[in-house]
Amino acid sequence: MHIDLQAGPVASRYAGYLRGKRLFLAACLVVLLALACVSISVGSVTIPVAEVVATLVAGRPGDASTIIWNIRLPRVLAACVAGAGLAIAGGVMQSVLRNPLSSPYTLGISHAAGFGAAVAISLLGAGTVSAHIADSVVVRNPYLVTICAFVAAMVATGALLAISRTRSSQPEVMILVGVALAALFTAGTTFLQYFSSADQVAAIVFWTFGDVGRASWPDVALLTAVVLPCMAWFLLNRWNYNALDAGDDTARSLGVHAERVRVTGMLLSSLITAVVVSFLGIIGFIGLLGPHMVRRLIGDDQRFLLPGSFLVGAIILLVSDTLARIVLAPIVLPVGILTAFFGAPLFLYLIVRGYRR
Amino acid sequence: MMLEVDGVGFGYPSHPVLEEVSFSVRSEEFIAILGPNGVGKTTLLRCLNALLRPGAGSVLLEDRDVLAMSRPEIAREMAYVSQRNQPMRMTVFDSVLLGRRPHMGFDVSSRDLAVTEGILRRLNLSDLALRYVDEMSGGEVQKVAIARALVQEPRILLLDEPTSSLDLKNQLEILTLVRDVVRDHGVAALMTMHDLNLALRFADRFILMKGGAIHAAGGREVVTAETIRNVYDVPVTVEQCCGFPVVVPCV
Repeated sequence: MHIDLQAGPVASRYAGYLRGKRLFLAACLVVLLALACVSISVGSVTIPVAEVVATLVAGRPGDASTIIWNIRLPRVLAACVAGAGLAIAGGVMQSVLRNPLSSPYTLGISHAAGFGAAVAISLLGAGTVSAHIADSVVVRNPYLVTICAFVAAMVATGALLAISRTRSSQPEVMILVGVALAALFTAGTTFLQYFSSADQVAAIVFWTFGDVGRASWPDVALLTAVVLPCMAWFLLNRWNYNALDAGDDTARSLGVHAERVRVTGMLLSSLITAVVVSFLGIIGFIGLLGPHMVRRLIGDDQRFLLPGSFLVGAIILLVSDTLARIVLAPIVLPVGILTAFFGAPLFLYLIVRGYRR
Repeated sequence: MMLEVDGVGFGYPSHPVLEEVSFSVRSEEFIAILGPNGVGKTTLLRCLNALLRPGAGSVLLEDRDVLAMSRPEIAREMAYVSQRNQPMRMTVFDSVLLGRRPHMGFDVSSRDLAVTEGILRRLNLSDLALRYVDEMSGGEVQKVAIARALVQEPRILLLDEPTSSLDLKNQLEILTLVRDVVRDHGVAALMTMHDLNLALRFADRFILMKGGAIHAAGGREVVTAETIRNVYDVPVTVEQCCGFPVVVPCV
């Protein structure tokens, strides 16, 4: 088939349009870095932002350096990586299930992962449950916890994928399936709690709130080691997700192995969810908030939606965690409470407005 | 022959859909696949590019077995436009550029951009290039879907009732476009249709299906009052108007 290949004004207008999207991503990155510095500076001891930058860039020693490197930085990085991971997991789930209400939380995958992690910690001895709220659960075998969380998340994912193939896989139905799965796995976690002591129950409940403050450097390293390669895989498949957005038949007629892309997308999204939940507890709605905010601003094109969700997810969790530390200071709220405060109204808005992916 | 369809059959456990369907397609040929609802037209189209795996028979694209080709290989030879196209929150340019997926490496090449621009110009969509598809009318969305199929640079276009939900003006525009693409670019087009008069006006050959099999196939001469009555179970007369046959229901 012969096509006139003379590039012209449309291509140059399009190049300008793409520049706008790249600018948006660059602005998000700058905002994220600035917020990270602010977030490191606030807390029970306030460290001036200039000193934060000097400590991070020039490695200036001192008391502030100890606080920054040992306490604040792992927390901030955990918030960034977990927020980014949950947001891209939500974005990919929305794409591969072609359902705008999908996210690790609304589909019950977070709850499943939470149950798996609770099994590993309380029954398989992968962690220690103590009565100290500040250090309620210590994960001693992160690999076993992650594997158990992943297995449980995969059971939920398998159920979702099986139901998504049926004719009744309307968005509402999928969310109802998510409600059922969340109820089922929450019941499982409650069952474990029933056989625990009162102190252990309090500790497990506190642990499931979702809190990035409990992340240590090794936790951050493992989170990053999972989230970044998954992000790279998602970016490699960005055109495949765009094709899936156009419908399965269109995607397959464009040469995309739709089922393979769908299953790997769900597997990796569940893996991210499992790892985040294992270390930080259940943090809801980031997977909805991040992608939908970016969609409103720059559209559905996965080439920009994925990196945009990555950055905006990191920003949302970082801002939430910073607010959680300062709104009721000296009390530090679990960040999961704040994300639910932001996310639940958005979820209602999407339902009332008539969702559109 | 460009495409040889030989004894293709397809069925679900509860009932057969296609039985022993055989025909051939030449380049620069516009074939209309006609028949009542549920007769297997869409199933046939989906068997040709292996969206469905036929239970029997073969589909050969210039002696290559289509069912043995990989998805990207098929996508470089055949493009498919489904009946309903989901309007996406993407610009027209991006949505059409997506059609280059089977040719793309890691990223979009300058050729991908040039082909996309060429097709947008060809379909008079240049002015709408940066509009969001979900803000467009049904006719424009369908044109975007056809543009996406054309940037695949296919040799065979498979179109599943692309005009079924459009008004007369948009139907004529889409059909004229397909006919021109077939004539100008050496492409073969197979289109399932319900409007017999538009089919007679634009297509070169006709396949009339009944009960999952081909009832009649050939040029305009096969679309007679008798074959239409046999296929649709509706009495009609076929009259001449402006040099074209026109089907008039006798009710």
